[in-house]
Order: sequence, then C-alpha cells, then structure tokens
Amino acid sequence: MQTMEETVSGTGAVTETRRFRVFRFKRGDQTPHFDTFDVPIEQRTTVLDALKWIQLHRDASLSLRHSCYHASCGTCGVRVNGREVLMCVTAVHDLGHEVTVEPIANIPVLADLVVDMEEFYDRFPDQHPYVRRSEFNPEAAVPDGIATYVRYEDCIECGLCVSACPIVGTTDAYVGPAALAAAQRMIEEPRGADPARLIDWADDPDGAWRCHAAFECTEACPSNVNPAARIMELRGMLVGGRLSFRDREEEAR
Amino acid sequence: MSQTTTTPGLPGQEERAQRGPVLRKGIGPTPTGWFDPRGRALGTWAFSVNRITGLGLVFYLYLHLAVLSLLLAGESNWNDFLEIATTWVFLGLDVLLLFGILFHGLNGIRVALVGTGIVPGRQQALFWAFTVIGTLTLAYGAIHILGSA
Repeated sequence: MQTMEETVSGTGAVTETRRFRVFRFKRGDQTPHFDTFDVPIEQRTTVLDALKWIQLHRDASLSLRHSCYHASCGTCGVRVNGREVLMCVTAVHDLGHEVTVEPIANIPVLADLVVDMEEFYDRFPDQHPYVRRSEFNPEAAVPDGIATYVRYEDCIECGLCVSACPIVGTTDAYVGPAALAAAQRMIEEPRGADPARLIDWADDPDGAWRCHAAFECTEACPSNVNPAARIMELRGMLVGGRLSFRDREEEAR
Repeated sequence: MSQTTTTPGLPGQEERAQRGPVLRKGIGPTPTGWFDPRGRALGTWAFSVNRITGLGLVFYLYLHLAVLSLLLAGESNWNDFLEIATTWVFLGLDVLLLFGILFHGLNGIRVALVGTGIVPGRQQALFWAFTVIGTLTLAYGAIHILGSA
C-alpha cells in the first residue's frame, strides 16, 4: 500500500491523489509500455514535480529531462493527455484524474520520456549557428513607426512544434516548423547568414511547401514564436520572389 | 560477424546504438498520422475535414460520371433514376455534398490566402468568417434542395 511520504512540492498541503500513466521504454526492450503511479498533489504541483516525486519515491529508473523549471530551457517537453506541453509549467490540478505522460512524437525515444534531440537539430539549415540573444527589453518604449516588438528569437528549441505537426507525423522528410521558422527569422535579419542560400533551402517540396497550414505548431509553441505564421511569411517571400523573377525575365525580353 | 566497434565490451553499448521507437500521433501507421484531430486545435480539425471532403468529392466525381452513363442505357433508365433522386434520402445526400463542396472550397481559399503569405497570421479569423458564409449558404441551399422533395 502506498503512503504519502510527503507532498510533491514539499509544503505538506496534500489535496488529492492523481494517477499517472507514464510511458516507459529502455534500449533493448521489445516494446514500450506504460507504468501507473498514484501521486499526491497539491494546488501548485506541476507535471515535472509529480514525475520527480515518482523518481524519488517509486522508481528511480524513470528517465526524464529538465533544467530550468520556468519554461525557458525547453528541455522538459512531453505530451500530457495527448497535448504537447512543458512539464515545468503544466499544473496537474487542471488535468483529469488520470494523467497520461508520453514523450514528444516524431522524434526517436532514447529512454522513457527522453527523446534524441540530435534528429531535431539535424533538421535545421546549415547556417543556424547559435541560439541568439534577445535584444529588446519588452518593457522598453517602442520607437515611432513600430507598433510592437515581435521577438522571434524566443524559440527555445523544445521540439513541441515538431511533435504537434500532422505533416511531420506523415513524413520524416519534411524539415518541420522549428527549422523553417528559424530560417525565416535569419532571412529577416541575416546577421552574417546568406539569405539567398536560406531561400533556396526553404524552397523545396519537403521545405516550406510541405506545410499544410494546420497551425498546430503555433498552438503547441510555449514561447509564442508562431512558427506557422513564419512559414507562411516564408512562402509569401518565395511566391513574391518567383513573380519578381518572372517580371525580370519578361523585362529582359 | 565482424566487430565494428573499437571499444567493445561496454555494457549497453549495442542497445544505445539502436534507434529508439518514434511515437506518432494519429490512428494507425504513419501515412494515416494526419487523421486524428483528438487533442489537436482548430487548424488540424479544418485540415482533417478538408482531406476527408476532398476524398469524398473525388468519389462523388466518379459516382456522378457513372450515374450520367445511365443516359447511354436509354430514357427509361434515366427516368427510374430521377425517381430515386427526388427521395428524402437522396436529397439529404445532396445537402451533404453541398457541405463538402462549401467546406473544401472555402477552406481552400482560406489556406491559399494564408499559405501564400497574404494574411499569414489570420487563419482563425478567416476560418470563422468562412464558417459563417458557408453555414448561411448551406442553409439556403438545403432549404431549396429539400423543398424540391
């Protein structure tokens, strides 16, 4: 019989117990399976708190990845009850009695809830050099002529958009929303990158043209990058480029 | 079998070299991964219904050609078909067809407007605007179709 050794957040204010179904897979296993754990929670317990509680009190072999605890590192992305979320900012209290936790989709599983992000980064264009620093203070006054700042450097490379995308779920050849949004941002503000090469990279059947505008990536993004709108901007750029190229050809005649 | 690794004997080495399973959303194997709007947002519902109505319209196109070929078999066959075509069930299918045409067509315009970068961030607003237009058109059409029964 399980006892509630202590609350998940350590404050002692247990309000109820939730049942967690957690995806399990270790290298060498024939097939994945789910393990079930009853976890005591309180009002502020997050999914990450609950899984750390399982690690500490029930099964130390549970593999999960996390770092910052405040939605800025992007390492704790999983699917909870089918939806892509960051564990560290998802409150258990808002979920149902049974909480199913799975790794993100469309990226190979390394162990349990940990996926191999190498395949995620392989999708990015070659010129994606580093995670850029945010340059603007959102509290700062907006200059004349600019309605608002839009910070597309906000991508935390969590992979949730790749998991949510119905097209990546259909073909691994599609580079996916994160890579295309990164390319669009680099074209918008190259800072040393070659926009022409990036446009060529995106102008591919498995690039910007593979997107079917379901906007699921934008729904899943925890950082308001809005990758789908970036892909649409990229397409607009490609369509415009083709039209202007045709115009130039006609002028040459 | 020849040993390819230069550092044999580490526990778990072979297992770690294997690619792990790739989980997919959706029902069934990978090619059907798009067909599962559960746990997904409005855009994927529209995307899924668009594909289903597309398949339905292709099916209807061939069905329509098959029905028209009754004319080759003579006037009486065509008149027999017309009797069936004015039943409530058949007219109900006509309303369903109208829904498919409206949804697929209007959603196609929405995706084209969004997908060519004309209004890249307005997909939801366009969806609801076209839903209103489509619903009103469907209601108008349904009244006229079912009224002819």
